[in-house]
Amino acid sequence: MTKIHFENQSYLLEPGESVLDCLIRQGVAVEYGCKSGGCQSCKMKVVAGTPTEQSQTGLDDSAREKNYFLPCICVPEQDMKVARPDAVSRDKLETEVLALDMLNHEVLRLRLQRPDNYDYFPGQFLNLYNPEGVGRAYSIASQAEESFLELHIRHVPNGKVSGWANTRLETGDRVIISSAAGDCFYVSGKPEQPLLMIGTGTGLAPLFGILRDALRQNHNGEIHLYHGSSVIEGLYMVDEMRAMADRVENFHYYPCVGQDSVPKGIFSVRENQKALADWSDLSGWRVYLCGHEEMVISTKEKTFLAGASLSDIYSDPFVSAA
Amino acid sequence: MSNSLFERLGGQDAVNAAVELFYRKVLADDRINRFFQGVDMDRQAAKQKAFLTMAFGGPNNYSGEDMRKGHAHLVEQGLDDSHFDAVVENLGSTLTELGIPDDLISEVVAICETTRDDVLCR
Repeated sequence: MTKIHFENQSYLLEPGESVLDCLIRQGVAVEYGCKSGGCQSCKMKVVAGTPTEQSQTGLDDSAREKNYFLPCICVPEQDMKVARPDAVSRDKLETEVLALDMLNHEVLRLRLQRPDNYDYFPGQFLNLYNPEGVGRAYSIASQAEESFLELHIRHVPNGKVSGWANTRLETGDRVIISSAAGDCFYVSGKPEQPLLMIGTGTGLAPLFGILRDALRQNHNGEIHLYHGSSVIEGLYMVDEMRAMADRVENFHYYPCVGQDSVPKGIFSVRENQKALADWSDLSGWRVYLCGHEEMVISTKEKTFLAGASLSDIYSDPFVSAA
Repeated sequence: MSNSLFERLGGQDAVNAAVELFYRKVLADDRINRFFQGVDMDRQAAKQKAFLTMAFGGPNNYSGEDMRKGHAHLVEQGLDDSHFDAVVENLGSTLTELGIPDDLISEVVAICETTRDDVLCR
């Protein structure tokens, strides 16, 4: 008989029974709604085993890539180990600081030794912990084949982690990080799809990771990246991004600043306003939104109304904390 | 005609095709979009999917009690018949756009009507 392993218990499935029905029958407290593959409120993650093909219908690509499935329409033929979707791994790993560079007056580029077998998708985030054990999430800008993890850390006033990282950390120090999590990353399968990337501040970190991951996987659709800040000093990596746009035919870069007088080559308009003015019909596009929380939330609605499907909008709102 | 309404409409695929069209119309409709402000879009889309499944005569767990609980805070903000009518109107035009025949749309609207008093907490 088929068994389901869930939170340190095993449950035997009746013939023809779905994973969800089995858990409910055994009195396990799980969330569910329609029980027919529609509402997705019972979504779970397969930790070991393979979800049935049917149980992943209707899920978006990043959920599928991460082995999510719908237990209400999953009648497995083999044993599975499953977990709740938000059971983000709390494991902590020690690693070493390889390099520290300032990308502008307030953004630190921190490179850490990538721990052995550290799996992630560029664009996901990890928690970095200060010596007091306070953690903050930072997006990963490095690439799968690189031996280091790259984070862009803006020095937040009185920031418990960013302040420590910006003023105290030195090359060779040992630091604690978590495993990687998050849904905002490049998913392969539609190499011709146009990509719209909009980011503010260190929202460039995940976008830079996702962009290079897309190119590494031979994405050949047009890629438009809008990076913005309220002030010119907030932009960074401008020369590097321009050089990349010159070199890569299908990549286009738009540095934007919400100030009236700007140097040549910088757009005097907010990044999301320019992007939405440039592209009024986004049906068929994939959209990545990273950075300032309000920008991400409002632009998500606007890009949806402009025709992008919700399953094609990947967003990572940064919630700022000291 | 022995098939259920849900099957005649095209089942879960029809729901999937309708949900984003419908959600876009609702968000763009100034009569009702204020009720959707500040709501997580993915969660809202999932709820609308469950609602459409119910309205299409498909499998669901909706109870009158759920409807009341889910809308009580909106009724406090002034949700009334005119807003309910606007939502049903958006659903109708969504289905028309998808090429669903009028007689089936009438059946869907009739199912929506059965929820009116619960949604408006009467």
